[in-house]
Amino acid sequence: MPQQQCGFRDAKVKKIYLDHVSSKPIHPRVLEFAKGYLKHGYGNPSSLYSVGLEAKRILEDARIKLAELINGENENSIIFTASATEANNLAIRGTALRNVSKGREVAASTIEHISVLNPMKELQKNGFTLNLIPVDSMGVVDLAKLDEVLTKNTTVTSIMYANNEIGTIEPIREISTTVHDKGLYLHVDATAAAGYIPIDVKADGIDLLTLSSNDLYGPQGAGALYVKPGIKLQPILLGGGQERGLRSGTENLFAVAGMGEAARMAKDEMAQEARRLKGMRDKLIEEIVTIEGAYLTGDPTQRLPHHASFRFEHIEGESILLNMDMYNIQVSTGSACSSKTLEPSHVLLAIGLKHEEAHGSMVLTLGRSNNMEEIPTIVKAVKETVERLRKLSPLSNKGVM
Amino acid sequence: MAQIGYSKKVMEHFMNPRNVGTIKDPDGYGKVGNPVCGDLMEMFIKVKDDVITDMKFKTFGCGSAIATSSMVTELAKGMHVDEAMKITRNDVASELDGLPPQKMHCSNLAADALHEAIKDYKGKKKSPERGSKQQKEDTRKDSKQ
Repeated sequence: MPQQQCGFRDAKVKKIYLDHVSSKPIHPRVLEFAKGYLKHGYGNPSSLYSVGLEAKRILEDARIKLAELINGENENSIIFTASATEANNLAIRGTALRNVSKGREVAASTIEHISVLNPMKELQKNGFTLNLIPVDSMGVVDLAKLDEVLTKNTTVTSIMYANNEIGTIEPIREISTTVHDKGLYLHVDATAAAGYIPIDVKADGIDLLTLSSNDLYGPQGAGALYVKPGIKLQPILLGGGQERGLRSGTENLFAVAGMGEAARMAKDEMAQEARRLKGMRDKLIEEIVTIEGAYLTGDPTQRLPHHASFRFEHIEGESILLNMDMYNIQVSTGSACSSKTLEPSHVLLAIGLKHEEAHGSMVLTLGRSNNMEEIPTIVKAVKETVERLRKLSPLSNKGVM
Repeated sequence: MAQIGYSKKVMEHFMNPRNVGTIKDPDGYGKVGNPVCGDLMEMFIKVKDDVITDMKFKTFGCGSAIATSSMVTELAKGMHVDEAMKITRNDVASELDGLPPQKMHCSNLAADALHEAIKDYKGKKKSPERGSKQQKEDTRKDSKQ
């Protein structure tokens, strides 16, 4: 442990940021590209004078870059929003409400992000039937159950491309086959997956797909929804009719331009960067699971290349997070104590962990700033953290309880 | 402004907790919380002439669970047991320069654990031969460490 005078981390210790799934620094090249629009990009893309037309050109350029990242049919299939949360809301509420004549059933996996689950629950309160699809202990959606519960009245089924808390990649193509065989539309939240694994909405059979700017190293304040041509949605924000009437409100030109550039970079550099991250991830997992009472959460192979998530027996996740921060290493946890609801992560419970097991979780997500030389430092900090907290803990395998 | 995160004092106690450990044959033992809820505390006290002479704790839980455990041992050590019974959750929190609001309810159990240990001590004093169930648990655990 670094020398601690008053318990606060030594500013001289180099920061190792391992919470890229929560937030990412904007990439310097993205910032360089977009910063001019922050200063000069005040034209309203809806205005016909020259300044407005320039803004419109920037917007359409970003749209093309996003469509290219996911192999969308054309740039018109991209709707900009202010966040991935908004895109998820638009996808679910917009599709369900626009298609009530076809049915009043919706479905989602139990490990979806809360910005998918909460709009679904809101629909349920308003008379829709919500079917939650369970996952196995690795977090993989139960395809047989999906096949069983979907009906021709299920207008929107939402399954994430990969899970942000346990890193598991879902079998989207098989899911798509089932959804289109039994139900109507498939929405895929690709917030955690985009930029790390190739996404092809046409080959994968995806009708609606959510993207986040910041998760691609773009600025915060932008998200996007891919909508397959021909699918009708009801807007959730009404006003001036921007974004083909689906999302009123003047576009955030800086964030959208940055998101476009981030998408271009992600497409160009994904294969190489994923390989680099996977090497580090595998080394981290290999070392950390040697700690007694340490377990990987999520699928060991069908897994995001930058994602290493664990649980540790007899210690609590918020303590792990605080203790790791003393080494100037930032991690996240699904523990109840670090959540607003004081409930442990619904994802960890959905993969069958008991409450007391879910409390001891730690999520490490690697990014562009990390390198292989940091791995021994990280592993040492994890080992010392677990050892220290276990010495404080009344729990052990021999059991106090 | 609302408090953001933990105070320096909480972090200081979290990083350097006082009086961690167990006491063999304690005069009082208290256990509160539950690992299912994410917090479990054990308090051990040694008492002479109704004054707490030594005190140790073990805690499973978040930053404030550990810091409040440490703080309560500092507050109660050297105190008459009747005085120590008056230590409240709020006392512990304010000695730590406050806790975030959501932590006031769930993880400020340290004062409760102390009170349980004192009740155990008083119970044993009344019927010294019997020895509490909790103490037996403790002895069992101690012998395994």
